[in-house]
Amino acid sequence: MKLRQRHFVALLVLLAGSIASGSALAADTIKVGVLHSLSGTMAISETTLKDTMLMLVEEQNKKGGLLGKKLEAVVVDPASNWPLFAEKARELIEKQKVTAVFGCWTSVSRKSVLPVFEELNSLLFYPVQYEGEESSKNVFYTGAAPNQQAIPAVDYLMGLGVKRWVLAGTDYVYPRTTNKILEAYLKSKGVAAGDIMINYTPFGHSDWQSIVSEIKKFGAAGKKTAVVSTINGDANVPFYKELGNQGVTADVIPVVAFSVGEEELSGIDTKPLVGHLAAWNYFMSVDNETNETFIETWHKFIKNEKRVTNDPMEAHYIGFNMWVKAVEKAGTTDATAVQEAIIGIAVPNLSGGYSAMMPNHHITKPVLIGEIQADGQFQTVWQTKGLVVGDEWSDYLDGSKDLISDWRAPLACGNFNVKTGKCSAKK
Amino acid sequence: MTIFTHLYKEDRAGGVLLGLLLAAGLLVPVLNLGLGEAHPLHLSTYTVTLLGKYLCYALLAMAVDMAWGYLGILTLGHGAFFALGGYAMGMYLMRQIGSRGVYGHPLLPDFMVFLNWKELPWFWHGFDGFIFALLMVMAVPGLLAFLFGWFAFRSRVTGVYLSIMTQALTYALMLAFFRNDLGFGGNNGLTDFKEILGFSLQADGTRAGLFAASAAALALGYLACRFITRSRLGKLCTAIRDQEDRARFIGYRVEAAKLWVFVFSAVLAGIAGALYVPQVGIINPTEFAPLASIEAVVWVAVGGRATLYGAVLGALIINYAKSYLTAAFPDAWLFGLGALFVLVTLFLPQGVAGLLQMVPFRKKGGTP
Amino acid sequence: MPMRSDSYRRHLLLATIAAVLLVLSPYAAGLARSAPGTGFEEGMTLLLEEDFGRKAAGVDMLAESSDPRAESILETMLAGELFYLKENRTLVQARPEGDGFAARAILGDADLGTVAKRKLKKIAINNSLRGQLESALARLRLSNADAGVRAEAVNKMLATVTPESRAQWAGYLQSETDPAVQAALRAALALTVLRDGSAGPAERRAAVAQLAGHLHPTVRNELARLLAGEPEAPIRKAAQRALEGIDARLAWLDFFETFFFGLSLGSVLVLAAIGLAITFGVIGVINMAHGELIMLGAYTAFVLQQLLPDAIGTALVLSIPTAFVVAGLVGMAIERTIIRFLYGRPLETLLATFGVSLILQQAVRSIFSPLNRSVATPAWMSGAIQLNAVLSLTTNRVVILLFSLLVFAGLALLLKKSSIGLQVRAVAQNRAMARAMGVRAARVDALTFGLGSGIAGIAGVALSQLTNVGPNLGQAYIVDSFMVVVFGGVGNLWGTLLGGLTLGVTNKFLEPWTGAVMAKILVLVFIVLFIQKRPQGLFPQKGRAAAG
Repeated sequence: MKLRQRHFVALLVLLAGSIASGSALAADTIKVGVLHSLSGTMAISETTLKDTMLMLVEEQNKKGGLLGKKLEAVVVDPASNWPLFAEKARELIEKQKVTAVFGCWTSVSRKSVLPVFEELNSLLFYPVQYEGEESSKNVFYTGAAPNQQAIPAVDYLMGLGVKRWVLAGTDYVYPRTTNKILEAYLKSKGVAAGDIMINYTPFGHSDWQSIVSEIKKFGAAGKKTAVVSTINGDANVPFYKELGNQGVTADVIPVVAFSVGEEELSGIDTKPLVGHLAAWNYFMSVDNETNETFIETWHKFIKNEKRVTNDPMEAHYIGFNMWVKAVEKAGTTDATAVQEAIIGIAVPNLSGGYSAMMPNHHITKPVLIGEIQADGQFQTVWQTKGLVVGDEWSDYLDGSKDLISDWRAPLACGNFNVKTGKCSAKK
Repeated sequence: MTIFTHLYKEDRAGGVLLGLLLAAGLLVPVLNLGLGEAHPLHLSTYTVTLLGKYLCYALLAMAVDMAWGYLGILTLGHGAFFALGGYAMGMYLMRQIGSRGVYGHPLLPDFMVFLNWKELPWFWHGFDGFIFALLMVMAVPGLLAFLFGWFAFRSRVTGVYLSIMTQALTYALMLAFFRNDLGFGGNNGLTDFKEILGFSLQADGTRAGLFAASAAALALGYLACRFITRSRLGKLCTAIRDQEDRARFIGYRVEAAKLWVFVFSAVLAGIAGALYVPQVGIINPTEFAPLASIEAVVWVAVGGRATLYGAVLGALIINYAKSYLTAAFPDAWLFGLGALFVLVTLFLPQGVAGLLQMVPFRKKGGTP
Repeated sequence: MPMRSDSYRRHLLLATIAAVLLVLSPYAAGLARSAPGTGFEEGMTLLLEEDFGRKAAGVDMLAESSDPRAESILETMLAGELFYLKENRTLVQARPEGDGFAARAILGDADLGTVAKRKLKKIAINNSLRGQLESALARLRLSNADAGVRAEAVNKMLATVTPESRAQWAGYLQSETDPAVQAALRAALALTVLRDGSAGPAERRAAVAQLAGHLHPTVRNELARLLAGEPEAPIRKAAQRALEGIDARLAWLDFFETFFFGLSLGSVLVLAAIGLAITFGVIGVINMAHGELIMLGAYTAFVLQQLLPDAIGTALVLSIPTAFVVAGLVGMAIERTIIRFLYGRPLETLLATFGVSLILQQAVRSIFSPLNRSVATPAWMSGAIQLNAVLSLTTNRVVILLFSLLVFAGLALLLKKSSIGLQVRAVAQNRAMARAMGVRAARVDALTFGLGSGIAGIAGVALSQLTNVGPNLGQAYIVDSFMVVVFGGVGNLWGTLLGGLTLGVTNKFLEPWTGAVMAKILVLVFIVLFIQKRPQGLFPQKGRAAAG
């Protein structure tokens, strides 16, 4: 009996050992982790980013790799499951020994992996526009903060004479925060509370009849009305279809969206949407040579001439190139060295300029406003003349208006309170 | 040791399971903490957390097996109890952050600060105490199960209807928890935990400790389930599962028996959730998703119904397969998982446990 | 921080000024030029300019030129079909055709055949220009031959009528014969009075009387404004009464609209659930892959539209039978290879079909990519049926509502009247007895399952017109479908119909009060409680079958 029990123990050890193995590979390549969902609800958006990363790694290898070594992309599938994101992040860093990770889309997935990256001191490049209110030593935010997307969009519409605002969003943290910021911003510009309507819907909401009808009534009050949409992914198609069918056209009530890009539009019949707006830091239609080359490379890599490019892809393009430059500058892939080296590094973006990594781990970007065209592309109708720096702590929220972030020594703090002179997260 | 010898005679598989758990509970922390990283037998922290997570799933599977295997209630909503236990623990962990959140607020968790909440909602009070949180881990799922069961069993909702009702329950809870207004962090859930009982959650020692605690919880859970299933109550449950009306006509209070076992099962799931949260570091409404609950049922089916140890086995096998396949074949792993479900139900109706029983493992009688 | 916000603010300022200029310039240009009949040629050349402000001026010149060709040019421009040839800067109307564009010259109406894309340059328009085009077209359409078009044009202009245009409106009214257009014109005339600060009390009172009962939102806004600032008490009272009358009618219309929304949502639920009701109710099988069969139907519509890119409407109609066959065959394959070995073990079928659903999802993901696919809406299904100034029913919803009723009726008829229907019902009620009577139960099972799956496929075609066509389509509807079937009562088609519509209407009436999320939660709680009261749903099965 005892003998058999010992057998089982040995078996268990063996099993555990087999799980743990695979870490023993020799490091003759530099590994880059790709942490994007390939199945589940988020696969729609994230698969493209995985392909983008594979393409960028391939291109870099064609140029001779990095520090004399080839790059190797390690792809895992966190399956749109948030705890799994943390587990896979740990696997990438601890087991696969990747030097940096490019990944995540939703805020919750980023929140889920954040402690892992901080504990193991690795690097995460996060490519999607988000609600701000965060700054981590280990995360580089290459997507837009609210001041790089939402506020310029509202300014643009105000310039067109919009007086009444519908803030419609999916009920999660990005729309909630963005709308809080916008509400405070609009009120600071003298918009009355009665001229702001806020509406939240669940994920994947598909029956928009009542809400669109309500928007229509709200917009019939005689003042120029616009909808600021932070509606997420899947819910957009039925929303726009309903808008089109109920006759809410862009010249009557324009909708400006922050989560609708070329990729989302490729799944919609865009004819009824022509003229509705989106605010991004990049459009596929931007006319310059870097962008043209990028699109060409992408089409060749994915072997499909019809595939579109979008803003988060550009963010990965910027983030990856920044990382490459920082590694070259530091001469090592060591996370701490790269963290120091990357601040201040500027690389070409695809909108025809340069983006730089700022001390708050956010980057500088131009803001573009585009109108949806019948072919599913955007036509830029307005653009900031210069670059806008990502503002991690919004000036329009009570909790964060006194906070700043600067990861350079000697401050090296993600949430320094300028009033109290304290860094609140430091123990 | 006597309990093992006793168990081994009575219930060989169970004895093996307990022995394994004991061994794992002791060995895994030693291999993780005691051996250097270079040692061939060293277990990485990644593996320890992973195994800890599996054990929590195994405990959930056992809870599902109590309801399905012994009570005949195909619950498609046990994820709800699991998640509620997890949220109770998450609330304790959030309160432990104290003023170390990014905004440095002494009382409010970060997500409340940046949504402009001014004070702590009433239901967050008390969760700064571990004992209170522990009570809630069991009380909240238990109470929900009690209310649900009280209504459902009294009006004799059975079979498929009951299954769908449990699904509606967890679905409604998922939608509710997604709402930011509810005060549980909405979609982002609760995260960024710092420490439990004063031990840093990022320390290897804490992780090893949590693993040992999960192993202990699973072992104790097994003993408790076994005790119940072998008691008069357990036998009555089996009778109810097989012929509810007959049991009722004989004069048993069918509703009461069902209710208590159902509540017990929910509490078990709650404990599993509470152990799960500090190990994975996040709790979010997707744990309420109907799909998650169905997966738990699938573990039990794969492992083998009404054997308890089968549930544990199923949870471990499927989750290991999932971890392995998502890394090895990210594009195709769903094919494998889907095919596994189909094949097991078609060719292994008794699950893996049934397969084990077919193997001439034990020669001398003894029914499990 | 100060540095960046400063430069940022400066950009904003510049942009604001630019935007304001953009908005104002057409009006400035329009005011400067008032002599009609001229400016057609000049307007045409202005359209070619890159600058939106100059284009806008061009549009105004065209609109005021009273040239008969102006209307069609502006329409072409609004539709985004106005281009010019790069070589000689002549305006053409062009539609994509193959690799190039089918072009015809605007002036002289000469067909230019297919022109390569690089030879053309599109006359780009933006939102403010679009708005301007709309109002310019409305002005031109006031003299359209079709009375419906004229009425719509007047209604469109109500928001912007000015006191100065009073004589003009009076002129239109005099020559108008159609009563509907006359009513609209009278409203416009009354608005000119109310907006005129110099109009006397008698005039104002007459105008208020004229506007009573008019539902256009502009009218309501104007009356509300009048009520706030009117010095004469009797006129205030009249305005008050008129406003109350309008509000009362609006409330009724609101109620009707919400009811329609509810029916429409319900019809979608019924469509999604009815296939499940058959498989679940008749053969007691919990088919977790039901949602994926719906998804297959939607993808069938997508594939057919890809095959027939020039006839999307026909493709959609064709995809109804095709989806039925595709989903039906897949369903029968599932039944023959898996489910038939699991009869009598409903809970095991749940697991096996769950596995099937995972496989089907991943298959679609592998074949069609995880991205959503676009299924186009044919013209006869887009837009809305305008019932009056405020109430319109969207065409696609109406079509789907009717379609689901049609499917239901067809199914009910099939089960009631055909011999296979009889056999299905017999097996559902008492399998053993039916077999004893010579019904080949196994065959009936396969056919029933195929039928249920086929209906799911049809539902998928309908859903492709409302929502995303992607690998997750099925999952979004599976829980709701179960709720409908259980609420209606398993094995009862009428229960499913009534259950689905009830849930839809309840949901929609709750939504304005509670918000969309709470409405859904409340409906779920309602179902859970309802099942406690009536464990067998709305229409319980009677007799012995109920015990199983």
